[in-house]
Amino acid sequence: MRAWPALISGVLFGLGLTLSGMSDPAKVLGFLNVTGAWIPDLIFVMGGAVVVTFLITPLVTAREAPLLASAFSLPGKQLLDRRLVGGAVLFGIGWGLSGYCPGPALVSLLYGYESTVVFCLAMFAGMALEGPLSRLFAPS
Amino acid sequence: MNAYLMPLTGGVLLGVSAMWLLLSLGRIAGISGIAWGSLAGPERVWRTMFLVGLLLGGLLTHNVMGQPVPAESTAPLWLIVTSGLLVGLGTRMGGGCTSGHGVCGLGRRSPRSLVATLTFMTLGVVTVFVMQSLMGGAA
Repeated sequence: MRAWPALISGVLFGLGLTLSGMSDPAKVLGFLNVTGAWIPDLIFVMGGAVVVTFLITPLVTAREAPLLASAFSLPGKQLLDRRLVGGAVLFGIGWGLSGYCPGPALVSLLYGYESTVVFCLAMFAGMALEGPLSRLFAPS
Repeated sequence: MNAYLMPLTGGVLLGVSAMWLLLSLGRIAGISGIAWGSLAGPERVWRTMFLVGLLLGGLLTHNVMGQPVPAESTAPLWLIVTSGLLVGLGTRMGGGCTSGHGVCGLGRRSPRSLVATLTFMTLGVVTVFVMQSLMGGAA
């Protein structure tokens, strides 16, 4: 598969994360701090992004195929399960502890901060541990 | 200038990025999946290119447009490590993060993504509330 379209998409995503303030963990924590000194910025970030995807996704997926690949590759799962909710619970707790989710953390590697490097290493370790941990706790 | 113009502009760019990836390659712009896939495969190449682009976008913002760089997190490292482990574990288990479930999934009208987004937003809010209470509002 061609890679240059992904490069363009990545540049736009990196611009979006950094211009919007998502790469500032203090701002993200301020948004999640609804009972304190609430910072509403992320409503506009998420709102702006979701309006675009909500309006345009149906127009794109109505096509037979994407422009530069043979087929769409979309998640097929429909059912809610414990893994989905359990994963979202763990992710939400992790996000609230630092104010970093994966995109902002990765783009913040540019800033050369110790905490972002440590976060990203821990995040990849967490991703690598998911398979073994899930097998350990899965009902056999 | 309106204080919310930058967040809104940034948000629209995130949406446009996701729509371009869907239109061109037929893929979901979910960062946790792209990040993990760039290491574990399959299809490492486009995922790696996306991440290279992500960093280039940040460089454009700060080095070309001269936007200020955010301050480093003030959280202690043990908290950063715990946070990173939970984010990695949770996004793999739940099949996505703020971008895949939030930006792309809501746009696809996916019930799973709606449930995931409401769940992690709620837990994020609760976690910040608990941490504020534990630290006596110092943070």
